[in-house]
Amino acid sequence: MPASSLRHRNRAADRASSGRAPKRSKTLTIAMVLFAAYALFPLAWLLINATKTQPELFSSFGLWFSGPFALFDNIAQVFTFDDGIYLKWLGNTLLYVALGGGGATLLAAMGGYGLAKYRFPGKYVVFAIILGAVAIPGTALAVPTFLMFSELGLTNTVWAIIVPSLASPFGLYLVWTYANESIPDELLEAARIDGSGEFRTFFTISLRILAPGVVTVLLFSVVSTWNNYFLPLIMLSDPDLFPLTIGLQQWNAQAVGVGASPIYNLVITGSLLALVPIMIVFLLLQRYWQGGLSAGSVKQ
Amino acid sequence: MSVVKTRDQRRGRMSRTDRAQARAGYGFLLPFLVVFTLVMLAPVVYSIVLSLFQNRLIGGLVFVGFDNYVEALTDPQFLGGLGRVVLFLVIQVPIMLGLALFAALAIDSARLHGTSFFRLAIFLPYAVPGVVAVLMWGFIYGERFGLVGNLNELIGMKLFTPLNADWILLSIGNIVTWQFIGYNMLIFYAALKAIPHDLYEAAEIDGAGQLRIVASIKIPSIRGAVVIASIFSIIGSFQLFNEPNILKTIVPNIIPTYFTPNMYAYNLAFLGQQPNYSATIAIIMGVVTAVIAYIVQLRGSRKDV
Repeated sequence: MPASSLRHRNRAADRASSGRAPKRSKTLTIAMVLFAAYALFPLAWLLINATKTQPELFSSFGLWFSGPFALFDNIAQVFTFDDGIYLKWLGNTLLYVALGGGGATLLAAMGGYGLAKYRFPGKYVVFAIILGAVAIPGTALAVPTFLMFSELGLTNTVWAIIVPSLASPFGLYLVWTYANESIPDELLEAARIDGSGEFRTFFTISLRILAPGVVTVLLFSVVSTWNNYFLPLIMLSDPDLFPLTIGLQQWNAQAVGVGASPIYNLVITGSLLALVPIMIVFLLLQRYWQGGLSAGSVKQ
Repeated sequence: MSVVKTRDQRRGRMSRTDRAQARAGYGFLLPFLVVFTLVMLAPVVYSIVLSLFQNRLIGGLVFVGFDNYVEALTDPQFLGGLGRVVLFLVIQVPIMLGLALFAALAIDSARLHGTSFFRLAIFLPYAVPGVVAVLMWGFIYGERFGLVGNLNELIGMKLFTPLNADWILLSIGNIVTWQFIGYNMLIFYAALKAIPHDLYEAAEIDGAGQLRIVASIKIPSIRGAVVIASIFSIIGSFQLFNEPNILKTIVPNIIPTYFTPNMYAYNLAFLGQQPNYSATIAIIMGVVTAVIAYIVQLRGSRKDV
């Protein structure tokens, strides 16, 4: 068995290096190279094909460059096509992310902190209901939310996207675990004795201590609002309000049907451009998502 | 603690500091609760109400009790979709979580060259918007100018046809797996890092090999994380919508409007003008999801010693 031979080899290696610093394994590294290749090759495909013209897309091998280098042409076309609607979609996405994702983080931070650090009647019932809501399928709510919003006259407005994004029960739960672990009651007591109001204490002291947990929640809220597809799909009909996800999907759908004019090069380059900001955010905030996830997963 | 609290309060014996505490607690929670009520609780209640009515040609909106539920539970399109997501879940979730667990253990083992590169690379797809992921894989799957087309040319026959009816569920499973391996890996990895290292040292002194440590210490220690990841994956599978709905624009004849329960509910509400029936299906799916998530949670925690 390869597994047992691997074990023997590792054990021998352990003994050789006194068991403290394990020897690096080639077999394991190769397995992980395959993993990384699986994770990265579609992104490589996207990057390579964003450099091709529409006809080259159909005629060349997918994982290598071919024909004239058209990346900058494609980018220019993406930004100018249909009077620059892509830029409008990008702006909408940023608006939804800033107000929806940012607002969700603030509400989750305050709520999680309030539940963790204060005693009040009904606290445990409220907590149980919020936790239970983590399991409610988002799409189960979509239809009734749409009907409610349409009676309020909110469909096909930016509020139809922003308001539902504001509720993040899972974010609240993460902050709750983090606040329980990191903010000592004595600290709040001391602030009280010094005459600081509860809200001032929160914004000047507690929030600073909570920062790693809150940044993690912010990151996940930003990703989920940036990637949101179902909600805008049902709520919006005006292309001027679309986020990037719906806009790209609409460009892609243009290629199908009668009198279709495929603009696959724009779909591919537009997709690539839609990835860039979120990737940058992820790379910059690495230490937060790597450390912060543990707050939620270890606890349970 | 909480019981004592409520009893005190019932007798009107809340001290001044307690009242200040309560006021501040509610104050912090209020904004969240307002939004939560508006976009989560109210829609659930509204759905339940909707599901008890039917809009009839004669008589208009009438109360029908559980008629919609009876109809749904005998509706072959709904049951077919439900069967499809269950099949998907039974195959895709274990494969994805198994791979994620393997990757997390490998990264945690300190036996790799370039650990941080692998951690980042495998997590990266999670940051890709679902729509972009599906469009990308849709192109790759294409037989005309996709990689699969290139591959078939290389072999000299049409061996791989990921966009055919027989393959489509597998192809969707691959997209979902690709998107979420990294996320689950990170949950497992964070849990692994929290295991105290003296446990490993003690096991090594007792002569346990690395695989034995993995099987007897590491995996049992992160059971909680595995349960959480399973629950999230199960919820995700029951909600399956984005991937098939976007692929549908590429292969409209392969993916029907009732492919998954969520697609069915969506199409009933927005194309079929049957909001009441659609709400019924949403409620049934919510209940099924909650029950299964609950069972997983119970089974997961019962084995905890």
